[in-house]
Amino acid sequence: MVVDELSDSDVDRLFHALADATRRDIVARAITGEHSVSALAAHYAMSFAAVQKHVAVLERASLVSKEKRGREQIVRANLDAVRKARRLLDEYEKIWRQRVDRIADILAEK
Amino acid sequence: MAVISTEKDIEALSLTLVAEFDAGVERVWQVWEDPRQLERWWGPPTWPATFEKHELRPGGSASYYMTGPDGEKSRGWWEFTTVEAPHRLEFDDGFANEDGSKAEEMGETHAVVTLEEVDAGRTRMTVASRFESADQLQQMIEMGMEEGLREAMGQIDVILAERASV
Repeated sequence: MVVDELSDSDVDRLFHALADATRRDIVARAITGEHSVSALAAHYAMSFAAVQKHVAVLERASLVSKEKRGREQIVRANLDAVRKARRLLDEYEKIWRQRVDRIADILAEK
Repeated sequence: MAVISTEKDIEALSLTLVAEFDAGVERVWQVWEDPRQLERWWGPPTWPATFEKHELRPGGSASYYMTGPDGEKSRGWWEFTTVEAPHRLEFDDGFANEDGSKAEEMGETHAVVTLEEVDAGRTRMTVASRFESADQLQQMIEMGMEEGLREAMGQIDVILAERASV
């Protein structure tokens, strides 16, 4: 069962991390390439510390990873976590597709 | 093909599914309204649902159980927040304990169902489900997948029984 790969608390961290617009934007930028935390901070009307906090939330949810390079911290997206979130919704979709098929069968009887 | 599209919003934890049926709006409404028809499609085939209560009106509630292949029961409840026959239905949906009380720790789903006529005798059904937490979504999925898992376990039992008799 694919859902077994993530524990409940993992999944909660993942969705919590993605529930914020700034954090989604950080993930979107990190997907297209490497960014330092200070480069990311330049995009948002908030303090460097606040952006760093957002990155930490994303890191705990395994959505991004951070790597020290000299004096900079480089942020990279971890696409596996995004794919897993999607898989959960895929599984729920299957349940509804089966229901729709059964409704169609009932309607076809008359 | 009945399902036209699905849209998943990972951030908002929602799934929107659009399906079309070759039947009028009134007829499709019946599969929600009539508990005997509803129970033929809500539960997975090996976990058929039985609706003990189905008050399809605003503020009304439904209670049902699904019966597994080994006779075990899994209970659920609905609470209708909007009922506008035959076009719109909104309800909260969750698991129940053995005594029928809400299993609060499992959370709930909010569903919005709309039915509209696209052509004469053809109906589009849109179901939007929103989850309150990822845990709760996972519970829903595990319930739906339990069926397959149990079948697999049954096959293992058969294999083990064959070995034992050799």
